[in-house]
Amino acid sequence: MAEFTLPANSIVKTKGQVFKAPEGATNVRTFKIYRYDPDSGENPRVDSYEVDLDSCGPMVLDAMLKIKNEIDSTLTFRRSCREGICGSCAMNIDGGNGLACTTSIADIEGDISIYPLPHQPIIKDLVSDLTNFYAQYASIEPWLKSDTPAPPDRERLQSPEDREKLDGAYECIMCACCSTSCPSYWWNPERYLGPAALLASYRWLIDSRDDATGERLDDLEDPYKLYRCHTIMNCAQVCPKGLNPAKAIASTKRMMVERRL
Amino acid sequence: MGNEYKIVDHTYDVVIVGAGGAGLRATLGMAAQGLSTACVTKVFPTRSHTVAAQGGMSAALGNMGEDHWTWHMYDTVKGSDWLGDQDAIEYMCREAMPAVIELEHYGVPFSRTEEGKIYQRPFGGMTTHFGEGTAQRTCAAADRTGHAILHTLYQQSLKHKAEFYIEHFATDLIMVDGQCKGVISIDLATGELHRYQAHMVVLATGGCGRTYFSATSAHTCTGDGNAMALRAGLPLQDMEFVQFHPTGIYGAGVLITEGVRGEGGYLTNSEGDRFMERYAPNAKDLASRDVVSRSMTMEINGGRGIGPDADHIHLNLQHLGADVIEKRLPGISESASIFAGVDVTKEPIPVIPTVHYNMGGIPTNYRGEVVTLKDGEPDTVVPGLMAIGEAACVSVHGANRLGSNSLLDIVVFGRAASIRARELVEPGQSHKPLTADDIQPALDHLDKVRFNKGETRTADVRDRMQRTMQKHAAVFRTGESLQQGAELMRGIVDEFDDVKVDDKQMIWNTDLVETLELENLLAQAQTIVHGALNRTESRGAHARDDFEDRNDEEWMKHTLTWTDERANVTIDYRPVHMTTLTDECEVIPPKKRVY
Repeated sequence: MAEFTLPANSIVKTKGQVFKAPEGATNVRTFKIYRYDPDSGENPRVDSYEVDLDSCGPMVLDAMLKIKNEIDSTLTFRRSCREGICGSCAMNIDGGNGLACTTSIADIEGDISIYPLPHQPIIKDLVSDLTNFYAQYASIEPWLKSDTPAPPDRERLQSPEDREKLDGAYECIMCACCSTSCPSYWWNPERYLGPAALLASYRWLIDSRDDATGERLDDLEDPYKLYRCHTIMNCAQVCPKGLNPAKAIASTKRMMVERRL
Repeated sequence: MGNEYKIVDHTYDVVIVGAGGAGLRATLGMAAQGLSTACVTKVFPTRSHTVAAQGGMSAALGNMGEDHWTWHMYDTVKGSDWLGDQDAIEYMCREAMPAVIELEHYGVPFSRTEEGKIYQRPFGGMTTHFGEGTAQRTCAAADRTGHAILHTLYQQSLKHKAEFYIEHFATDLIMVDGQCKGVISIDLATGELHRYQAHMVVLATGGCGRTYFSATSAHTCTGDGNAMALRAGLPLQDMEFVQFHPTGIYGAGVLITEGVRGEGGYLTNSEGDRFMERYAPNAKDLASRDVVSRSMTMEINGGRGIGPDADHIHLNLQHLGADVIEKRLPGISESASIFAGVDVTKEPIPVIPTVHYNMGGIPTNYRGEVVTLKDGEPDTVVPGLMAIGEAACVSVHGANRLGSNSLLDIVVFGRAASIRARELVEPGQSHKPLTADDIQPALDHLDKVRFNKGETRTADVRDRMQRTMQKHAAVFRTGESLQQGAELMRGIVDEFDDVKVDDKQMIWNTDLVETLELENLLAQAQTIVHGALNRTESRGAHARDDFEDRNDEEWMKHTLTWTDERANVTIDYRPVHMTTLTDECEVIPPKKRVY
């Protein structure tokens, strides 16, 4: 029988702190939030915060800000634009990855559990370490490569039809919801590039201005980098921008096949 | 008081603080020219607020009709209500074309015309023939232009192997004998302090929208660089000029681009009246932002607002049709659906003027070098320090910025700063070692905030500041209300003495960061309210009910504000540059501003 050792601090302690709602609050929801304290080194816990929704904005991020502002200022998470374009507040909400700022509280029933993005090292509370995720993005060399010099004082021309091919590929906000929801990525995070990096790669593969298609495909010719996508489709399911990385990966695989013919 | 920090030392030729559009354009430009370059940023670069810019970037390419950069210059001077420096405006409008072409060459996914050129849309205040016709000048990538540009600039920075210090919160400049020698940051992930020594420090830290309660700005828009400059004894310029964007979503404050009106959308009041026709007979809904925001406020104040409290306006784009909306405005359709519950193909969006942009900032010349008033000389360069983007006041926006001139500003002056830095700094030039005394003020400052024994929540003080600014330094201002605002702000600044930081750790201490940000915001709020109280005229975004007219004789000058350690404000002035850089254009003399 094989023996598995769980990583340090991977088990959540059952008992966390409970912060009760103020007296007289009638519209109360409980937020159960993952906490990890790097200084103590103790196993993580889940704290419960009762929030009065009558004095709270409509989004999950609004409730988290209310908790941080009024109940517990030590609660730690990333946030910035609060309008779904910066990708900072990606987390696991009610069992699915998403942005706290565009996830409506009303769309969730019962207690709301909030955990960090799955399968990433945790720095503190909901702040995960995305170093590997960013390095994979850089590894696909996400910049325009062209052999033909651009006209010195005019733009390169691109037909509206060619430009349209980029729709659905360039809008990624690098929130990491997709990659960290992918079981194949959980299993091989060092070697499988994951949906976000592969979508970024595809964005350059299909840009009519880019001349490095062959080189880019060569770099993906590897048992892990591309081919560990098993079309589980969690990426498309969770993408807060409605993008479909799995489809981009399938198209990349097709380009691999087509160039051999 | 500890001072027992682990300090990690770095030396670079140049250090850029901030990784929005301006910071990244400077970073990649400096790295590409062979300068050893570090970029220190409190958020991962693609999370900077440039990412939220929607409508586009102006440049007189003339892809969709006749255009000329001198017309763009005229519009920008007029938009600035003659407070902009005309040499800098000339530089920006002339450099706009190569700047946007360069971005296209970098790979920005601009929308295209049928001929395959960059698509350009009309925007407020952008005209042809010096105010005669409507210009199509704003280069767009659908309504996600900021996202497209910011991601591309980050990609180019990766290509040029620039070094990044990500999720580092910069606390203070290192100043020695009036010269900037470097900057200090906290590495959030480890809690360690980093000391960067550099021949040139570039502040690209954005604006301070979060001084107000309702802003389109991100939570992170706290103007940290502006406050660092104030703590270094340097002035801020024209801080009283705060732009209210006409179309923030009612309630949520989320931005809806001016590009909606550029594509043919229009505003209506509770009577269904297209009221902009009355306030700006020629430009109508495409008058400049200060004019539209004031008109909307007058409609609401006149009882013609929409909703149960008659407190907002409708933005209509239903008539544009699903095709145009899907192709040109997909992002705001998503925002309107999420934050207002509105299907824009069927219903109008409820909107209200919302704080959006700081025309003021750290005074610089058109090369990006920080300047100050010293011994009567208003253009004295501060050695070793540059500022670019919204943090800077070049001043190209004067009293009111035109839409799509800010994406232009960040790229043009990010590039200008990198050119100037290479002229001033030899790669690998040696550094004179810093002493412990040089960074002691920064450590003392950090300890003072971190270990303060108070009882007041950071969030409570911040809330009081934001509500006070919203009420007393709004679209319309009066001396009486500003005076009350100044008195309230004095009390709120004093409350900061009693603030407490509950989180005692150094690793990812966002409680500490938010408190330091609050301190930064408070100093800037002071410069805004005192600058506004002091300026007894109406110009651009600064509209005084008690001084309704522009007064060029007395007030065609930049306000400079300094703060002391108690955030008391002192005021002086710099003249507006009424000169051009070349003979290819003429100075545009002041006249009445009508749209």
